[in-house]
Amino acid sequence: MPCISPDGKPTSSGMALLKAVGEGALSPEEVSQKTGRPLYLVRSGLRELKTAGLLEEVEGRYKLAEKAKLLLK
Amino acid sequence: MVDEVKKEEAARMPVLGEQAPDFEALTTHGVLRLSDFKGMWLVLFSHPADFTPVCTTEFIAFAQLYDEFKKRNVELLGLSVDSVSSHIAWVRNIEEKMGVKIPFPIIADLNKEVAMKYGMIHPGQSKTETVRCVFIIDPEGKIRAILYYPLTTGRNMHEILRLIDALQTSDKYKVATPANWKPGDPVVIPPPQTVEDAEERLKQGYECKDWYLCMKRLPES
Repeated sequence: MPCISPDGKPTSSGMALLKAVGEGALSPEEVSQKTGRPLYLVRSGLRELKTAGLLEEVEGRYKLAEKAKLLLK
Repeated sequence: MVDEVKKEEAARMPVLGEQAPDFEALTTHGVLRLSDFKGMWLVLFSHPADFTPVCTTEFIAFAQLYDEFKKRNVELLGLSVDSVSSHIAWVRNIEEKMGVKIPFPIIADLNKEVAMKYGMIHPGQSKTETVRCVFIIDPEGKIRAILYYPLTTGRNMHEILRLIDALQTSDKYKVATPANWKPGDPVVIPPPQTVEDAEERLKQGYECKDWYLCMKRLPES
C-alpha cells in the first residue's frame, strides 16, 4: 500500500512501517515478520519511505532518519 | 536497419528459462518492482479490460483460490492497460456487487510498458488490449511457465495452481510430472542417459512400463 500520501506525509501504512522499524536497523524480512504485511509490500513501502527521507538504508537494513524520529515523538 | 532490429528486440516475447523482464509499475497497492517479489513465486497475469464479464469471473476465481496460492508461497499480480482509478472502481464494484474482495495488486499499465516487455498485446486479438497471459515466475525471477488465452476464453485457475504444484514438485524432487498429474499421483523419473543406467533402472523397484517410462510415488503422497 502507498506509504506516502500526495501531501508528502506518511499514510497509516507508512506509519506502521516506521513504528515497526522503531529504534532498530531492520531488514525488510524482519519488518514483514513484525508487521504481518506481505514482504513485497514491505519492500516497496520501505523504498518509498527512504525516498521521502524518512528512512536510511545501510547494507539492506533500514533505520529511522531524523525526520521520522521527530514525527514519531 | 538498426531501427528495425531495435523494434524487433523490443517486441520479442520472453521465453521459458529466461530472467523475467524487470519493471517498476504503478499498481493498486502502490509502486511495485519485479524485484519486490524476489524469494517468492509470482503469477503475473494480464486481462483485457476492467468492468468486462469474463475478466470479472477470472478475478473472482483468482480471489477464491488466493489462500491456496499463499500456502504455496505464490503472490498474484494482475495487469491491464486501464488506469489505477478504473482498477480501484472495478475491485470495489466486485466487492460490493459480488461480495468478493480482491486481495492482490493490479498494475495500471496505461503506457503499455510492461505489456510490451512481456508480449501481452497480440494485434490479431486486439491492438489495444492485453490478451489473457499468465507468467509463472520463480523465486529467482526466472520464467518457468507461460500461458496465453484469447479474449473470449476465461482461464482455469485450478490448472494454474496445478502447474505451480507440478513445478514446485519437480524442483524439490528432481522429477517430472505426467499428463493430468495432480499432487499425490505418481511422478515420472527422468529417463536414463546411458545403456547401463537403462538396465539398472529396471532393477530399482520403480513402476516401469519400460526402461524410459518409470514412475514412483513421492514420500509424502
